[in-house]
Amino acid sequence: MPKITYIEHNGAEHVVDAEKGVSVMEAAVKNMIPGIDADCGGACACATCHVYVDPAWMEKVGKPETMEESMLDFAYEPKENSRLSCQITVSDALDGLIVRLPEFQG
Amino acid sequence: MSERAIIIGAGQAAAQAAQSMRQAGFDGDIVMIGEERELPYQRPPLSKTYLQGELGADRLYLRPAAFYEQQRIDLRLGLRVASIDAAAKTVTSETGETLSYDKLLIATGAPPRRLDCAGADLEGVRYLRSIADSDALRPALSAGGRIVIVGAGYIGLEVAASARKAGLDVTVLEMADRVLARVAGKDVSAFYEKLHLDRGVDLRLGAALDHFEGNGRVSAAVLKSGERIDCAAVLVGVGAAPAIALAEAADLRIANGVWTDDHARTSDPSIWAAGDCASHPSPIYERRLRLESVPNAIEQAKVAGANMAGGDVVYDAVPWFWSDQYDVKLQTVGVSEGADETVLRGDPDAKKFSVWYLQRGRLLAVDAVNDPAAFALSKRLIAARAAVDAKILADPDTDLKSLVS
Repeated sequence: MPKITYIEHNGAEHVVDAEKGVSVMEAAVKNMIPGIDADCGGACACATCHVYVDPAWMEKVGKPETMEESMLDFAYEPKENSRLSCQITVSDALDGLIVRLPEFQG
Repeated sequence: MSERAIIIGAGQAAAQAAQSMRQAGFDGDIVMIGEERELPYQRPPLSKTYLQGELGADRLYLRPAAFYEQQRIDLRLGLRVASIDAAAKTVTSETGETLSYDKLLIATGAPPRRLDCAGADLEGVRYLRSIADSDALRPALSAGGRIVIVGAGYIGLEVAASARKAGLDVTVLEMADRVLARVAGKDVSAFYEKLHLDRGVDLRLGAALDHFEGNGRVSAAVLKSGERIDCAAVLVGVGAAPAIALAEAADLRIANGVWTDDHARTSDPSIWAAGDCASHPSPIYERRLRLESVPNAIEQAKVAGANMAGGDVVYDAVPWFWSDQYDVKLQTVGVSEGADETVLRGDPDAKKFSVWYLQRGRLLAVDAVNDPAAFALSKRLIAARAAVDAKILADPDTDLKSLVS
């Protein structure tokens, strides 16, 4: 299973084995990673699963679609490498992915 | 002995409240009693991706079972509560077990209103609230033929979209003269009517159902006009009613749901309520609201959980809602009732627009169709009780971001 590393705002690191096909948000929730709320459950409706993708992974993860981009625009402290983790699907290509969590969600 | 909190219900509000109690440092026992045999799960996909078979049940659960063990939340699933004794501070289950509590949360939700017309109990007449309901409806989507959907609210229209995707013939019956009449403005209703008509839905507005016919199994819906619509299945989505029976029997105050104060506390100081079953005073709208939505369940449960753990938190979240139909996302912020002016931004024909509802110059609510920027921005404006100039808003050249100071 692909490994994903979540780094909390306080620096705490969590490495999880994520199932292929689920979203990076779902893998976080399943593994009880604090800092990802995902209020809407992955419908791209709430922007509470905001993550910063490690710059080395940005190309593989890809760019957000229009809906997601607009949501991110209003997330807490969006950056160039912001994504909604519910919109990133876990795959072998993302084995080793590192994402950082913002200080707040929503 | 350590304190014990009991949560009646195991839905989104119940799960959130338990988690929030722990986050706020509550160290006593937490017992969560749910009628369904499922771990707490999200209901919105039941009319959409889960119904369509795109999302498995394992992806509906809010948290894995290990979470509840780790947080010492004792899940009693498949168990129904028979009564609350508020004086003795006990809860008795239908199996006769009595548990005492120090703090109690009522998070019983709002089950669908049921029809009582002739034929309403025929096989194939279905409602949608639980995983079991969605599982029971799914075979109808692959069986072909026509489904009659009673009610053009969120549930009815979302199922209509799912059924059309599955290739079914779909007739939607709505008594009102427009769809989404309870939850959205006229421009938005008109947009969704066209959307469903374009996708081949047989939409009947101002159509009243009289009864169903069938020999054991439903085979037709008959309208008050006398018209008979043959069908293989029926889905009824005519709203929901708060589950207040336990609270009522325990002599708690009722006001369109279980009455709560601005701290999510009921008329009994040891009992709180949250989610679809509870009404609360809204500081933003200066009146009592009862909301049927996931965000309300989550936010109100956060408040209830924090206060049950000894906190002093006021519930003041901006209400919001969403609905996915075909490739269109509707996000609603606020409550538009009482609006005296509406402003349309964007182009409904381009499937991207927003409708802004004002009352005496103050922003009450926004319906945003495929327009998350309008959604996110209006959420901030409404939270800030912002006044908005309708003329500036109506100007297509206005950059929405300039409205936030």
